Amino acid sequence: MIRFSLTTSTVIRWSVALLVVAVLLGANTTSAADPSLARVIDLAQAKMVKIYGAGGFHGMQGYQSGFLISSEGHVLTASSYALDPDRITVILNDGRRYPAKLLGDDPRLEVAVLKIEAVSLPYFDIAKAVSLTDGTRILALSNLFNVAMGDEQASVQSGTVSVLTRLEGRRGVFETPYHGPIYVLDVATNNQGALGGALLTFRGELAGILGRELRNSLNNTWLSYAVPIDQLRQSIDEIKAGKFIALKELPPEKRPARPMDPGLLGINLVPDVLERTPAYVDQVRPGTAAARAGIQPDDLILLVGNRLTQSCKALRKELEMIDQADAVKITVLRGQELVEVTVQAGPDDK
Amino acid sequence: MKIHAAIKVAGTLRVPSAPRPNPQVFQQFRGFWRTTHGVCLLLFLPHICSAGQPPAEVMAAESQRIAVMAKAGSSVLAIFDPAEQGGGSGVVITADGYALSNFHVTHPCGNAMKCGMSDGRFYDAVIVGLDPTGDVALIKLLGRDDFPHAELGDSDRLHVGDWVFAMGNPFLLATDFQPTVTSGIISGVHRYQFPDGTLLEYADCLQTDASINPGNSGGPLFNGLGQVVGINGRCSFDKRNRVSVDVGYAVSINQIKNFLGVLRSGRIVDHATLGAQVAADDQGRVLVANILESSDAYRRGLRIDDEITSFAGRPITTPNGFKNALGIFPKGWRVPLTYRRENKTYPIYVRLTGVHGREQLIEKTLGRPAQPMPLPKPGEKGRKGQPKLPQLPKMEPQKLPMPEVVKKVFAEKHGFANYFFNKLEQDRVLKLWKPPGDAKGTRGVWTLVGRLQSGKEVSFRMADSEVELKAPAGDSKWMLGSKFAEAFLPGSNNGLLSAMFLYRRMALDGTKGFSDVYYLGTLPLPPQEGLFDVIVAPYRGVESWFYFDLHGQLAAVEIYADEHSDPWDIHFSQYRDVDGHDLPGHVMVHGNGSVFEFDFDQFRFSDEAGK
Repeated sequence: MIRFSLTTSTVIRWSVALLVVAVLLGANTTSAADPSLARVIDLAQAKMVKIYGAGGFHGMQGYQSGFLISSEGHVLTASSYALDPDRITVILNDGRRYPAKLLGDDPRLEVAVLKIEAVSLPYFDIAKAVSLTDGTRILALSNLFNVAMGDEQASVQSGTVSVLTRLEGRRGVFETPYHGPIYVLDVATNNQGALGGALLTFRGELAGILGRELRNSLNNTWLSYAVPIDQLRQSIDEIKAGKFIALKELPPEKRPARPMDPGLLGINLVPDVLERTPAYVDQVRPGTAAARAGIQPDDLILLVGNRLTQSCKALRKELEMIDQADAVKITVLRGQELVEVTVQAGPDDK
Repeated sequence: MKIHAAIKVAGTLRVPSAPRPNPQVFQQFRGFWRTTHGVCLLLFLPHICSAGQPPAEVMAAESQRIAVMAKAGSSVLAIFDPAEQGGGSGVVITADGYALSNFHVTHPCGNAMKCGMSDGRFYDAVIVGLDPTGDVALIKLLGRDDFPHAELGDSDRLHVGDWVFAMGNPFLLATDFQPTVTSGIISGVHRYQFPDGTLLEYADCLQTDASINPGNSGGPLFNGLGQVVGINGRCSFDKRNRVSVDVGYAVSINQIKNFLGVLRSGRIVDHATLGAQVAADDQGRVLVANILESSDAYRRGLRIDDEITSFAGRPITTPNGFKNALGIFPKGWRVPLTYRRENKTYPIYVRLTGVHGREQLIEKTLGRPAQPMPLPKPGEKGRKGQPKLPQLPKMEPQKLPMPEVVKKVFAEKHGFANYFFNKLEQDRVLKLWKPPGDAKGTRGVWTLVGRLQSGKEVSFRMADSEVELKAPAGDSKWMLGSKFAEAFLPGSNNGLLSAMFLYRRMALDGTKGFSDVYYLGTLPLPPQEGLFDVIVAPYRGVESWFYFDLHGQLAAVEIYADEHSDPWDIHFSQYRDVDGHDLPGHVMVHGNGSVFEFDFDQFRFSDEAGK
């Protein structure tokens, strides 16, 4: 066999031999001239961004990670309370600072897309994201603990995919609304600020987005995981296409003749005292459409149809665009569970 | 079943990260592995099944890595306090036993500690020097002059993604002193970690995902070649109850290299500051926000709102970047700085002063004892928020009787970690120096005759209590009775004359001619290359600093009235033999804002009583 004193030619011989076999086997390999890991990391770093939003009190950090997914400034990150639509700042890897707009946010997948006004940016192509198998070596890039500022580089951790599995988001175990497939990682990525970071292969291919800090309340262990990009593609496309956001008000002639209202469904919202009061259900009047559909007090109404309702005002506006005769699909957050119901306004039960 | 086994092998072997005998080959090998490893699973499956082993180069890479780790591990210390109740880690860096650790590890040990090595033996060690701000301690193991020791690497050449491994004694597990190895990659370089309310500041540090746990403190972070690139000391613990979350920080070895010379002085050493604060403006430029008028930088022309564009050879783009560039130097270091004002750039050399006042540093060091990174207690909640330092609880250092062998190499003195080593270095430097005056008869009056660049003659007549200068511009005379402070009056040559007086005094009387002489350590002497041993010799209210090169030749004498004004400095070069005396042929003088130089061509030592 080959001695360790590997010469270039030995490596090439082996690579060639393997490639030949690989081609014969029809295996899918890339060029032997792979960039070095340092180069892979440099290229990936250029696509990472630091995100600053609301927070910074009561242990809630006002920062998280994200990465560019288009050359014109779309940023993929995880949805979180830090993404206050009024004041999100994105700092590119080279230190340039931009105000960012929250294009949309899919709470069921905990994914959000931001937009900054910039062009010719390096980016990860979502369409080319890869799927990983158990045991694949990975890199996790994020601005954990906000250790990097300005043009300082994101942190890079390495590890392997322990397993591709489903996140069992049972109440009392992992408190999370997301129940889909995840990559469980053997490196601790569940650190503050790492949320929204990039999961890459050692070739620099995008594979996932780093998940939130999840603790298993049964055994007090912390889960490090990433959500596969292929789970998010559709949602990302829809957000980019303008779904998942509050529509601009329809012109009067296009408004429904009989606009819907929470009260008509039997929902009393909490008092709207803030500029953006979260749309919490205060009471559900017995015998009403909402009660029949199973809406409960303390539910947080997140979506009407596919439109995000970030406040009582936004909820009312969304409902105004629906005719009382139509059924409404409403998604609520109950504890840490997402519940989707369809409500049809109608006469109250007697 | 078999396929599963093969996947497991491919998934867990860290072949691509093997040590690099030759970086180029390594890169290709790594690329080859990555490119093909999906295929390898299939290709080598029969091989694995038949031989039960991965391919030979994988095995060879692994055995090379094992060899690198075995060698590296032989230099690693398990450090215990004298009561053997707590401890941390360290690494030996010279054959005669000098070793590095963290200040917060050695501090609770007091001045003596016990160190276990992988040969299973326990060695006594003594404190040598402390850098409390940088969380570094230099200690010396006793009893051998052939300690296995690690080579120092170059931490500035590390790249994010480089494979590294940490060694030490996490959780104090190793009762046989075999160090624990944890491996990972470099996650970040040039990180700045705020002091966080304590003394310890980690500037320009390395970040790694190799597990750093309580007890790892003070231990080495090695690169793939088994060279020390950092001293592990700090982690982001966050919620995991002071257990690694794969975010550890190491003091960079290049910073420690800057400090090694001053640490060997046995002193409690301070970090440097510019005497100015910086802040980023809305365009991201790093501007001087505030500056002390007493600072050297101010005297060199730096003002509020000037933009700092480079510092110590590094381009400056963020305030953190500036703090990183600054945080790696000890007090007294001189660095180039470039600033921009109204589109014009100004390159200057600045002398850095100390972060702390002398007494302030001593008080902080002695008054706030640390303890080794404590082990987590069951049920204890970790702290949320910013990365935390090892906390410094109020705890008295161990007061156990010092072992006899340690007593011999320990001397207590205010402001020193261990004065024994200061005396040792003073003696080393001054023994190496062959000043004029060694020979018989030179106690008398010295006469030095030289020529200015204009060709005109200049001469010094130096005696025990006076120095006379004859120069074309006029003669001057300095007598011992004159106040030293007058040496710094504008328009006076007295600074030069008194410096020449102190030079002769050091040559003839050595340290006995001064009060409280100490060895400062090594500092640069721009524009000359390299580092110089510095002896500080106070005399009647002025401080004279003597710079010696590696060969023991006196390279410069500086005299300071105080640390808030420029010194007079006299640089000696072009040494040659004159009548059996090794004497400088060229002298350059800076003082009172002027520079002049002359070549010496005659030295005379008269028997005349030099008073």
